[in-house]
Amino acid sequence: MSVAAVAHSVVTPSLRAKWIAGVLVIAYALISMIPLFWIVITGLKTPSDSISYPPKILFTPSLEGYVNLFTTRTRQTPEFIASLPPATTWYDKLVRSRNMVIAGPSRYIERYVNSLIIGFGSTFLAVVMGTMAAYAFSRFKVPAKDDLLFFILSTRMMPPIAVAIPIYLMYRVVGLLDTHLGMILLYTAVNLSLAVWLLKGFMDEIPREYEEAAMIDGYTRLQAFIKVVLPQASTGIAATAIFCLIFSWNEYAFAVLLTSGNAQTTPPFIPFIIGEGGQDWPAVAAGTTLFLIPIVVFTILLRKLLLRGITFGAVRR
Amino acid sequence: MSDAVEKRPLADRLAEATPVGIARRVRGLSDRSITWLFISPTIALLLAINIFPLLWTVVLSFTNYRANREAPIRWFGIRYYADILTDPDIWAGMQVTARFVVSTIAIETLLGFTLAYLIDRKFRGHGFWTTVILIPMMLSPAVVGNFWTFLYQPQIGLFNYIISFLAGIPPSSFSMIASVQLAPWAIVIVDAWMWTPYVMLICLAGLRSIPDDIYEAAEVDRASPWRQFWSITLPMALPFIMLAVLFRGIENFKMFDMANLLTNGGPGSTTELASITLKREAFEKWRTGYASAFAVILFVTIFGLANIYVKALNRVKQR
Repeated sequence: MSVAAVAHSVVTPSLRAKWIAGVLVIAYALISMIPLFWIVITGLKTPSDSISYPPKILFTPSLEGYVNLFTTRTRQTPEFIASLPPATTWYDKLVRSRNMVIAGPSRYIERYVNSLIIGFGSTFLAVVMGTMAAYAFSRFKVPAKDDLLFFILSTRMMPPIAVAIPIYLMYRVVGLLDTHLGMILLYTAVNLSLAVWLLKGFMDEIPREYEEAAMIDGYTRLQAFIKVVLPQASTGIAATAIFCLIFSWNEYAFAVLLTSGNAQTTPPFIPFIIGEGGQDWPAVAAGTTLFLIPIVVFTILLRKLLLRGITFGAVRR
Repeated sequence: MSDAVEKRPLADRLAEATPVGIARRVRGLSDRSITWLFISPTIALLLAINIFPLLWTVVLSFTNYRANREAPIRWFGIRYYADILTDPDIWAGMQVTARFVVSTIAIETLLGFTLAYLIDRKFRGHGFWTTVILIPMMLSPAVVGNFWTFLYQPQIGLFNYIISFLAGIPPSSFSMIASVQLAPWAIVIVDAWMWTPYVMLICLAGLRSIPDDIYEAAEVDRASPWRQFWSITLPMALPFIMLAVLFRGIENFKMFDMANLLTNGGPGSTTELASITLKREAFEKWRTGYASAFAVILFVTIFGLANIYVKALNRVKQR
């Protein structure tokens, strides 16, 4: 705030004000990136390098974390390992150099695939239903429209654990506990509030005249919606889809309480990547890196629309 | 409009290709029926997944039901509500939650607004650095919270190493997660790291919404930059700041994922936020009826606070 006094003019800041602001902001950005930087490099360390003191910045990169992430291993005696046929792959060699043999694949890929299925499934449903509802809310007279919209938003305010209690009981009765369908339906419901609010904002920005012209030219209302409104709203629909996908991808509370094996997603799984004697930090870091990369990419793609997404469309620009 | 004109023949072809019966039915869809056709799936799903469970929670909160037992359900009336509201442990937990919410909001608003103000100086490359700063808020709080336990390790953790390096104390002399004094700060620091960008982004929108000519007029009047800040910048950005505070307040009041993985309420119950208490009662002790009553109380609290806040927000906007 002291910069306010330095600034020569608020509209066109002096060069000195720009410099100070730039240095401070870049310093914050770099500091806030340290944890992420540490996740990425820990994934490339050997387990002993990852827990050395002082923490190592310079080290010989190793793919051991990634090998451990994707495999389960058993410890064997050197004699037993010597009696095996020679290792054919680099990862076999790497594991055997630790006096272990690969017992099979780990469950990480399954969990990652679950995250993809549930993420895309719930996103698809939320966007389809949200687009339809948003169009109706944007264009037509809906009785008690404001109340309905507020009701849709308020479903998002509930603490997830409070929602999880009855959902758990309900899913237990109908057999949806620990199923993909159950998680897809639940995430769809949570995402719908965001989808309806965001998409209504995008639809409101499309001039009604476009559809009216199309209808004068002989389109029905439905045809006008499909052929005129949807293409116009495509950017908004894509952005909404990405926000829904990110929510489903990141969600933890429902996943940890309502899934255990079959439909478990990645976030509740990662803390249980365990090596000998506690968490296998390079493997955890490797799993975290692979899990976070898509989100970082999406964040960069969405940067212009982030504000709208995080405020449910309340702030547009 | 040219779009629509070009598509005219297509519409005709569609109309010709459609059997007469269907065409009549589609054409016959009035705006009213489209409205219901389009809205009902959303309402139906929200009723099934949100409202029905909520009502069920309310019903259960009046019973002694336990989800892990077959015992007959007995009607308990408002006994659990009375129990919860007079339980000193619950109130201690509420204080932990309140301290967490207030301290994170204070730090995030101060830091977020300052960052937004600095970014609004429009130095070269500010767009790029804004995007970099925004990355933490999009990540999974659970996955990131889990990794922070590694950064907080007393001997080998990077956080302890940096702090000990700066403060000149041995890195194993303190443990952010195991210490009663430090554990509440451990979750505040991670929350601030993740969500300061969120407040910053909303504040930035507030600052950018202020028209330049107001400042130009102030310049003409020879108002000092300090004066401009207090009488133009801050009041005009205030509705945005309050919006950010509202969103962060609700989110942090129900905070679960990051804190659950980082401290799981410990040591003792020093970081036992309301959601963590709720998880313990519902899914560890299986006191479903009791947990339902607590869930209802939490929901009413959030709803009430949000309503009061929104009213205050509107009053600020009107000024």
